[in-house]
Amino acid sequence: MSKSIKITPEIVAEHGLSTGEYQIILDRLGREPNINELGIFSVMWSEHCSYKSSRRHLGKFLTKGKRVIQGPGENAGVVDIDDNQAIIFKMESHNHPSYIEPYQGAATGVGGIMRDVFTMGARPIALMNALRFGEPDHPKTRSLVSGVVAGIGGYGNCVGVPTVGGETNFHKGYNGNILVNAMCVGLADQDKVFYSAAKGSGNPVFYVGSKTGRDGIHGATMASAEFDDDSDEKRPTVQVGDPFTEKLLIEACMELMATDAIIAIQDMGAAGLTSSSVEMADKGGVGIKINLDNVPQRETDMTPYEMMLSESQERMLMVLQPGKEHLAFDIFNKWELDVAQIGVTTDTGHLVLTHKGKTVCDIPIAPLGDDAPNLNRPHSATPQREYLAPGDARAPENWNQTMLQIMACPDVASKRWIWEQYDRHVMGDTVDSSQSGGDAAIVRIHGTNKAVAITTDCTPRYCYADPYEGGKQAVAETYRNLCAVGAEPIAITDCLNFGNPERPEIMGQFVGCVEGMNEACRALDYPVVSGNVSLYNETNGVAIPPTPAIGGVGLIDNLGKHATLSGAKDGDTLVLIGKTDGWLGCSLYAREVLGHENDGVEQICAPPPVDLTAEKAHGDYVRRLIRDRRVTAVHDCSDGGIALAAIEMAFSSGQGVTLKNHPDLPLHAWMFGEDQGRYILAVDENSVNPVISTANSKGLEARIIGKVSGEQVQVEGGFNISLEKLRETYEGWMPEFMAEID
Amino acid sequence: MRTAVIVFPASNCDRDARDALAKVTGREPIMVWHRETELPDVDFVVIPGGFSYGDYLRSGAIAARSEIMADVKTKVEKGLPVAGFCNGFQVLTEAGILPGALMRNRSLKYICKPQPLTITNTKTRFTSGFNGQKEVVFPIAHHDGNYFADKKTIDRLEKNGQVVFRYNGNPNGSINDIAGITNEAGNVLGMMPHPERAVDPLHGGTDGLALFKSVLGALQ
Repeated sequence: MSKSIKITPEIVAEHGLSTGEYQIILDRLGREPNINELGIFSVMWSEHCSYKSSRRHLGKFLTKGKRVIQGPGENAGVVDIDDNQAIIFKMESHNHPSYIEPYQGAATGVGGIMRDVFTMGARPIALMNALRFGEPDHPKTRSLVSGVVAGIGGYGNCVGVPTVGGETNFHKGYNGNILVNAMCVGLADQDKVFYSAAKGSGNPVFYVGSKTGRDGIHGATMASAEFDDDSDEKRPTVQVGDPFTEKLLIEACMELMATDAIIAIQDMGAAGLTSSSVEMADKGGVGIKINLDNVPQRETDMTPYEMMLSESQERMLMVLQPGKEHLAFDIFNKWELDVAQIGVTTDTGHLVLTHKGKTVCDIPIAPLGDDAPNLNRPHSATPQREYLAPGDARAPENWNQTMLQIMACPDVASKRWIWEQYDRHVMGDTVDSSQSGGDAAIVRIHGTNKAVAITTDCTPRYCYADPYEGGKQAVAETYRNLCAVGAEPIAITDCLNFGNPERPEIMGQFVGCVEGMNEACRALDYPVVSGNVSLYNETNGVAIPPTPAIGGVGLIDNLGKHATLSGAKDGDTLVLIGKTDGWLGCSLYAREVLGHENDGVEQICAPPPVDLTAEKAHGDYVRRLIRDRRVTAVHDCSDGGIALAAIEMAFSSGQGVTLKNHPDLPLHAWMFGEDQGRYILAVDENSVNPVISTANSKGLEARIIGKVSGEQVQVEGGFNISLEKLRETYEGWMPEFMAEID
Repeated sequence: MRTAVIVFPASNCDRDARDALAKVTGREPIMVWHRETELPDVDFVVIPGGFSYGDYLRSGAIAARSEIMADVKTKVEKGLPVAGFCNGFQVLTEAGILPGALMRNRSLKYICKPQPLTITNTKTRFTSGFNGQKEVVFPIAHHDGNYFADKKTIDRLEKNGQVVFRYNGNPNGSINDIAGITNEAGNVLGMMPHPERAVDPLHGGTDGLALFKSVLGALQ
């Protein structure tokens, strides 16, 4: 059947291949491809699988470090946490499907990222997510929030992996393209890490998990193009998740991994059976021969084309040691999952597919990777924005009203409505969930006194104003959040969400962010070990704000010597580490109060720069103070400046705060400035002098900014609001917003 | 005390239950796969939380009909102490071992939070070790925790003192704020909150320990 389809220029174009790319295929094969072969080249060379627009830029990242066991290039990154244990983690986007079908899009995003982690031998121990929705007033926003949150919860809760943290933003820039970035962190023994390179010839290739259906065909291609008004028609390309099967698949894989049966293993993610088989063979330098008749199928009369491009979920591909096949059959039958030998490795270097006795594909594997397009797309730098001097920004007319306005703004207000729908406690090791207010989530390593700290961060408005500084800041903020809980920052994963790379200004945003991130990674000795790129987040020519979401992971070697927001006691002194110039450009205050992003009067200024040397020195010092138990609580100072950070600490401890004025700065620049690299520490009276003098002796700026006491949060000449009123405002926005569909 | 934890496909609090039991009894519980037809010789059985069979059909409905549950039913009638937490409670009602049913939460949303509870009967074998403590906090994490039974059944439960835990601030719409009940004989407890997730200071509280110690104490 498939052979009867004639390959016309229209069919080539429908597969997203340029005439130049098609010519390479003709050259490599020495003949016309058939439709199956064309489909395989098409997905392997799609933006989603080949990273053709981004590859040359990603190659510049710092990817090595003293704790890095495996950097980018595998299913997930692997880092050393001592005692022969490793943390394996990655973040990935599921943006396009989540916009079209929010519940399934988000659910399968969670499922996919978990498979990337357990395919390497790690039991998933924590999930995080970074979500960006359109403005609250947009007619689609509520139903997207509702669907995405239910999808994330529905999947993660069922599988039994705690969702411990994340972030959520609302902005008009995401009206047409929401972002759903999911991160998974897993735990493995270092000598039991599994990789995807197939080895040897004649080894059995096994398919396990769910059956293959016609869902998600060409999902990877969908994620490689922008949306238009007919995007809803793409719904059939969205996959459907089954968390029950995923849970069984995890347990069955873990059981098989405890034996010595597996040579290589890879999940079937984007481009399903095609990318998993091609990548395994390519990495191992072998060929692979698959009999498609043996692929477990959910539907009748599936063609080779459909089977190879299906993105049915909860499937894995494995190469086993010959003679160990029975172990796979026993274990997967016990868990009532499909298990079938569908092929063997070969020494031909070719991908050969047979179907009903006929060869339906025979192509060399190397060109699928080696000859994948590696584009040098033109990029133009984002123009520099003007600096906003503290004295040039308007002061609030009514301080209390302004403070409450900030507390109730969608980016600040409590996201309890979201995180109470996620099981944060299952597995019994969640120490602190960042969703309940901490800077980073803390998850104990089971059976030990160690813990892993996890955070996700990005400030898209900074990236939009200045991609380079924004990229730096995103990495630095994760570093800061890890230090704030007393963790040694180890490495990051990233999810780079941008618009259409064919536009030079978008490509310029991408290049700027990547360069800024890389600068921060190098200065902080904080490498990138995994990640993904999501381009074409654009509808009718309008791109999302550049959003390089960063997931940071750190190690706490001794629980008990960590810090959270909540320990401040009555009478403690608040000490600010770091310099404050009152930087209001691009701040939350500028957007929410000064209206700098308002349509028609847009006046976006330069975002705060990050001094990476200071960032590192401050982080080192704060970690030392936590280790020496010199502080009762720690919070980083980010969106909303000192005012918001102090209020969040007050929420956590249940104690009010009285803040001091700054001798040289206008009060609103002091309270709401977003100067980077700063921490607020709650310090017992007796420790104040040593904390400040040691900082000063290291050349760091440390100053007393207030005291913990009473039930009000106040600053002289500024706001004075009861904790109760602040909390009511903070907690009120989201339930009220979502109430219309509750 | 010898204990066992039953494991269904997609049970996911089985490890939490195992750790809590090991901590209190000093012995690892026996993990019993749902295809087994007979319980091992133990003094106490926990049916853990999770999403047995993906909660397909109804929460707990398929697990209630598994091979092992037939033996659980037989041994319950002979007096074996059994506790079901969360999905375990749903399994026990679906199996007809406990009365009533767990419906979808009133908000129609999954809800996970620390939940204050009142112990309304401190004389059961599951609550006698709380030493007068009447208020406890256990985490809840469920989508279907809205307890329902007909009026006759509710009246009977109340009259017999079978309502053991009540919510302070009803999170899910349960009749009479019911969070946990026993059977008439008092050897089976079902509750939506998770005492096994409150046994370590790092969990934010250790109120759950007394529940397991109560069972241990009642056996000695």
